[in-house]
This record gives sequence, structure tokens and C-alpha cells, in this order.
Amino acid sequence: MGSVDPDKPGVAAETRRQLAICNICNYCNGLCAVFGAAERRHRLTDSDLDQLANLCHHCRSCLYDCQYAPAHAFAVNLPRALARQRWQSYARYAWPRALVGALDGSGLGPGLLAAAVVLAFTLAVVLAVPAATLFGVHTGPGAFYRVVPFGVMSAGAMLSLGFALLAIGIGVRRFWQATAPAQRAVGQGGRGTAAAVGRAVLDLLTLKNQSGGGPGCADRDHRPSRLRRRFHHALFYGFLLCLAATTVAAGRHHLLGQPAPYPLLSAPVLLGTAGGIGMVIGCLGLLWLRRREDPAPTDPASRGADVALTWLLLAVAATGLALLALRGTAAMGLLLAVHLGTVLALFVLLPYTKMVHGAYRAAALLRDALQ
Amino acid sequence: MLVVGGGAAALAAAIDAAAAGAAVRLLDAAPPALLGGNTRHSRNFRYTHDAPTRWTPDAYTAEELRADLLRASGGAAAPALLSALAQRSGELPGWLGAQGVALQRPAQGPLPYSRKTAFFLGGGTAAVRALADRALALGVEVTPSCGAHALVRDGRRVTAAVTALGTLSAGAFVLACGGAHADPVWLARHWGQAAAGFVNRGTPHVRGELLHWLLAAGAASAGDPAGLYLVAVDGRSPAADGGIVTRIRGMPLGLVVDRDGRRRHDEGADTASTRYSRWGQRLAAYPAQTAWLVLDAAGLRAAPAALYPPIQAASIDALAAAAGIDAAGLAATLPGYNASARPGTDPDAAAGWHTAGLDPPKSAHARPLVEPPFAAYPMRPGVTFAHHGIAVDARTRVAWADGGHLDNTFAAGMIMAANLIPRGYVSGLAVSISLVFGRIAGKEAVQAAGRIGADHGSH
Ligand SMILES: Cc1cc2nc3c(=O)[nH]c(=O)nc-3n(C[C@H](O)[C@H](O)[C@H](O)COP(=O)(O)OP(=O)(O)OC[C@H]3O[C@@H](n4cnc5c(N)ncnc54)[C@H](O)[C@@H]3O)c2cc1C
Repeated sequence: MGSVDPDKPGVAAETRRQLAICNICNYCNGLCAVFGAAERRHRLTDSDLDQLANLCHHCRSCLYDCQYAPAHAFAVNLPRALARQRWQSYARYAWPRALVGALDGSGLGPGLLAAAVVLAFTLAVVLAVPAATLFGVHTGPGAFYRVVPFGVMSAGAMLSLGFALLAIGIGVRRFWQATAPAQRAVGQGGRGTAAAVGRAVLDLLTLKNQSGGGPGCADRDHRPSRLRRRFHHALFYGFLLCLAATTVAAGRHHLLGQPAPYPLLSAPVLLGTAGGIGMVIGCLGLLWLRRREDPAPTDPASRGADVALTWLLLAVAATGLALLALRGTAAMGLLLAVHLGTVLALFVLLPYTKMVHGAYRAAALLRDALQ
Repeated sequence: MLVVGGGAAALAAAIDAAAAGAAVRLLDAAPPALLGGNTRHSRNFRYTHDAPTRWTPDAYTAEELRADLLRASGGAAAPALLSALAQRSGELPGWLGAQGVALQRPAQGPLPYSRKTAFFLGGGTAAVRALADRALALGVEVTPSCGAHALVRDGRRVTAAVTALGTLSAGAFVLACGGAHADPVWLARHWGQAAAGFVNRGTPHVRGELLHWLLAAGAASAGDPAGLYLVAVDGRSPAADGGIVTRIRGMPLGLVVDRDGRRRHDEGADTASTRYSRWGQRLAAYPAQTAWLVLDAAGLRAAPAALYPPIQAASIDALAAAAGIDAAGLAATLPGYNASARPGTDPDAAAGWHTAGLDPPKSAHARPLVEPPFAAYPMRPGVTFAHHGIAVDARTRVAWADGGHLDNTFAAGMIMAANLIPRGYVSGLAVSISLVFGRIAGKEAVQAAGRIGADHGSH
């Protein structure tokens, strides 16, 4: 597994050098929140850089709009500099320290680990469950739990997700403390804070900062496009719908005593299907864009991790949809094992993949809205 | 038709001509990455509007623009061109939007208040890219890295351009290849040795080949070849293309001294943005075209951010040595200045501080420079454009010195801006001139090419 040196010399210095030029020029300050924030944080301390890097939604327009982009001697490539800074910031705040090495920018380590988790889980199911059960046709309430007992399923999910949320929570808390402004903004009380939270939530949900200031982002080349933002929306809202499906299902299980599977026209199945399709569209779209994009504004060192995560999310969604389609057949048992394996891999890897960008971005947006 | 140049004027001409159905080829001397000339470095343009728009608050009438320009040029702006600019600049936001150029709304990030200009979202480089995309989409054949250095003329008609790719003939020509100020030989002809001390803020590709060819062939000139729009920039700036970030802006907060350590002008007299060009002009007369802005630690803290770090030292003597200023001279200047500094009615208001009995005085912000470490920024004049070019009429036809015009050759942008600003400047004017007259030239060229086609058909 490749390692990340959170204090790698040079990255912060380079980000600072470029942002100092931006702060004099300011031509890009209509593109997104980064430029106004950089002016307010003009001292550009290390934690200022982390804040700005996580505020950046990697829309890339500022590279193509820059009169100082390479070939120019000033060699300003802010999207790449901020992408590098951002990836390093994940390592800087990650918890526990011992697992920082898992944040492997090449994506190879997490990719192999995910594959190992899926394989191991599937293998365990195959070994533990009698063939007649595994390859039998199960219908009616509790069908899934005849293959993988409810206790195993929920304990696995709770433990892996619980740890992931704890780790991400501690990381974001460290980030939040580090990026606090030197002096607290005055006159901020209940109402101001509520408005700021509202603004941040809106910016997060609409990805306002991924619009190049209106016309769109430089998704593939310099021409403004809205594709990346739309695919990201499909993936993000698809993911939320899947979470909603799981929550509704848990409610029905625990409160109403109705175990899965649910009929096709039930809330959990409809939500999960819509979510799964959204995730598949989003992932395929983002992977397609990745293959077509100009590599100049991206960070080669963390590009692999990005692609690996998208594949993992695609695997989660695709196996979930396959399970739904074939749940009445003999393939259900194996599909269930594979799907649960991918979900487990996602949860286990959550804090050490690009998945954390959502949490840091939310914190950065809130920090910015509060200032 | 053939368009020479790749900035705002050339692209506007090419787009309007191609949209009118002409077959257009555009040549730019610069490589593809530098397409857009000096327009790449621009930020805003001036236009008239009778009511607030999405991009600009309040109003700016054609009458006001006319008055501003007459004031700035000392009444020398050519009336017919001034009318055309006043009439047509108001179309620019709509026209730009239709070509895919995005403008910045004031709510979209901190912009200085400006009721007279609109700002390109992402700056001039973004605008030029969008215009080039539009030109390509309309079928314009864009050829970068290809300069034109001469024309082939048959009486009042140009038949071809001599270029790096050979002699290219066309029915009509738009010359939108900027001024000549990137040519050091030309600069030296008008400025002598001083030219070597100038920095070119913009593209190194505006060398005036066609401008000089035309003047030699008999075209009428406009403006003053020794008139340069100069801005104070850091003396360590790159020789060309340093753009907007190389300016030195903190003059009111310190002292400006020459290499002998002597002050020459009142640093406090002008604290508005006009100070950049005022100092640029002054620097041209300094020995070696160099001055230093000297600040103490308090001044440095208050000064606007600068591209290069200042030269710093614990004492004035050490600063002089590090910067290359005459130490005895600077050591004589500073105590005299410090002793003459007086607070205004409110000693806490920095602006109120002024000198008493000092020549030249410092009329504002004249706090004593006492807090070490001391800092110095070397400054040089940075050339933005020249107040010199080809005389044209309101249809942008190239005028001939002995009367009359070329039939099928039009000039737009900085190559003819001196018809409007033979001296003086107001912000955002250059891009407006380039776009408005680029569009006029494009349309005229289509008509001229049509006339020539018809002539040939009737022979
Ligand atoms: C740092 C800076 C900031 C500025 N900011 C502003 C601003 O905010 N607002 C404003 O209104 N103005 C501004 N200006 C001025 C303005 O940018 C230019 O004057 C204006 O854009 C000129 O447009 P143009 O099309 O006439 O020429 P240019 O944009 O200079 O284009 C000339 C083109 O011709 C090409 N060319 C030159 N010679 C030849 C040849 N022989 N053959 C083929 N091609 C040739 C060049 O490569 C170039 O592409 C600024 C200038 C600078 C340097």
C-alpha cells in the first residue's frame, strides 16, 4: 500500500504560492467560494490552505480562465494544487493515526482491500451456509435471513458503519478545530448561525460551487458543461435514497415486525430501486467523464483513489439491483452474499477513501458560511 | 476574408463576419496557448446603459461616456468614432452573452463598485476562449502561430497578406493585430535608452509589423508614437505577459526614491487607482527607469499584497545596500522626511498625516518611517499599450495620408484606438473599443468582399 506523508514538504508551499497570486489577481472571484475565502484568509496558514482546499469542488474552470496557467512562468494550476492539498488534508486529520497509510492515492490498496473483503465475506457465507439453503429458492418474510442471519447482518453493518462514522467524526472535528478563524466573527448568535447553516446545507445539496459561477464547469476540457454536477447529483441523491430505503426497512422490521423482503410496490423497494439506478447512472457517468477529461487540472497522485471509490459504489448499487431482480430465484443466496460484501467493504473503507470528501466539504462550507 | 490578430477585436470581427455568411480565416501570431493577445489579461469593459443591468448598477449614458472620453483625451477623440462607440457599446453585454461569454454579477464575489463597466466572469482569458469557441463553431478557420508581416496592395485595394504560411489572398482584410509596443526596436526609436528599462505587461506578440508596413506604404497615423500607457510594476517582473499581478500599489504608504535615494514626487497626492499610471509615467523619467518604494514595517503591514516579496533589512543602511540604492542619499532623505511628518487633526487617521516644509511634500499618509524591519520594492514602468496606430474613419476603413481610404481593408482594436485616445485613458475602454470596432470592421469587410466578388463577376 502506498503511503501518505501528511506533512509532505512542498505541497502546502506550492498551494500557498499559487493562492497568493490569485489573491492579487482576483479575476476568478465570481467562479466559486474559494477566491473570496482566500482573500479573507490572506495569511494562508496551513489550516487556511486545508479549508480552501476542501471548499474547492474541483470544477476546474479556474485553470482554463487563468492568464498564468502553465506554459506561463507563474505556472498557476489551482485545481491541481488544491486537489493535492485536499488529499493530504484527509491524511492530516484522519483517525486513528495508525490507519493513515490506508489513504492510498493510487487506489490500489483500497481496491485490493475491498476485493478481499467481498471475497472473504462471500466465501464465509458459502462455507457456513449449507448448499441446499444457499442455492434454494426462498420467498416470503425473512427470506434473506435464512441465508445470512439477521443478527450477523445487522451486527456487521453496525460495527463497520459505527467505526467509520466515529473515525470520520473525529477527523472532521480535528479539521473543524484547525480551521477556526483567528478571531471569532462578532455579532453572531442564534439567528446568524442558523442562516449560515441554512446556506451551507443549500450549497452542499445544490453543489452551487460546482457551476463555474453559472455557465458550468470544465468537465472534459475548457468548455462549460453541467455533466459532472448532474452525475454527482445522481450518485449523491441515489445514495441518500438507498439510505432512506434501509432506514424505512429497519423501521418496518423493528417497529412493525415486518422483516424483508418487501413487495415491489413498497417504500423500501421503490426507494432502493430509484436510488440504485441513480447511483449506477452517476457512477457510470463519472467514470466515463474520467476517461475523457483533460488530465491537466487533476491530481495524478489521488486520481486512482477516486476511480477505485467510484467502482466500489457502482458495485454496491449494481449488486443491490441484481439482488432485487433475482431475489425470487436460486441466485439470491450468492447475490446476497456478494452485495453484503460490497456494502461491508464500503463501510470499512469509508474513512480512508475519497468518501470522506463529503464530510470535509460540508464542514468547509459551514465554516465559510459562518465567516 | 482574412482577419489578422487573435484578441477581442479580431474575434469580434471574425464572428460577426462568419455569422453573416462570409468564409473567414483568422491568423494569430501567438501559439494556441496565448490566443487572445492582451485581451487575455483584461478584466472589465466600459459600456453605456440607461438603467441598472444584471451586471452593472445604476446608469451610464452615452452622453456621459462621450464626456468622459473627451475629458480623458483632452478633447482629441475623433468625433465620428466617439459617436459610434457611444452608440454601440451598449450592445456589448447582449452580444457577448449570445456568443457564450459569461459576465459576472456584482453579487457573485467582491467586485469594486463600477457603474461604467461590466466584468468578464473569470476574466479576459475566459472571454477569449468563449469567443474563439464561437468563431470555430461558425466555421472560422483559426490559424495560430502564424504572423502576417506585409500586405500586397494594388492601388486602394489589398489583395493578399504575406504570412509565415506564405502569401494568402482574400477579398477583404481586417487588421486587428494590436499595437507595436512589444517591439523593442520600435520602442527604442521613440524612447531611446529608456526603452530598455520598460517592462511589457502584455503579450510579446504585438510587434506592429502590419502597422509599420501600412505607415510606410502611405497610411495616415493616429496618436503619438511616444505616447505609452505606463503602469508602475515590480522591477523584477517577467519581460512580458506579467499581466495584472505585477503592479506595485502601496506608494501612498511609503516613500518613492530614485537610485540616489532622493524623493521626486508627492506620494500622498493620489490614493485612487489613477496612481498606478501616474507613477508609471513618472518612472519613465527616473534614472535607469527604476525607483524603490520604501516602507517601514507598519507600512508593509498596511500595503496591498504584492507578487514578489519585498527586499527587507533591519536598518535603512542595510536596506539601501540590499536594494542597490545609494546609502548616503537614502540616509539623508529619511531623517528629513521623518522630522517633517505632522499628524492631521486626528493623529490616529493615517490619511491626515502630512509633511511640513518638505520639498516635494507628502500631502497624505505621511507617517514617519521608523519601525524596523524596513522594506523596498523595486519599480519600473510597465507598458500596457501605445497611444499610436492607424487612422481610420467611423467605418474602420484604413485612411491614407494623402486622402481617401483603402477599399477593402479595415482596422480594429488597439491598432486604431489612438483615433479615440491619442492620450489619456479611462478603465475598461480598450476592450470596448476592440469589440465595438471589431464588429463594425467584420461587417464592413463582408460587404467589401461582396462588392469585390460582384466586380470580378462582372468582368
Ligand atoms: C495587464 C493588462 C490588463 C488589461 N486590463 C484591461 C481591462 O481590464 N479592460 C480593458 O478594457 N483593457 C484592458 N487592457 C487592455 C486591453 O486588454 C487591450 O488593449 C485590448 O484587449 C486589445 O485588444 P485587441 O484585440 O486590439 O488586441 P490584442 O488583444 O492585443 O490582440 C492582438 C492580437 O494580434 C496578434 N498579432 C499581433 N501581430 C500580429 C501579426 N503580425 N500577425 C498575426 N497576428 C498578430 C497577437 O498575437 C494578438 O493575438 C489590459 C491590458 C493589459 C496588458
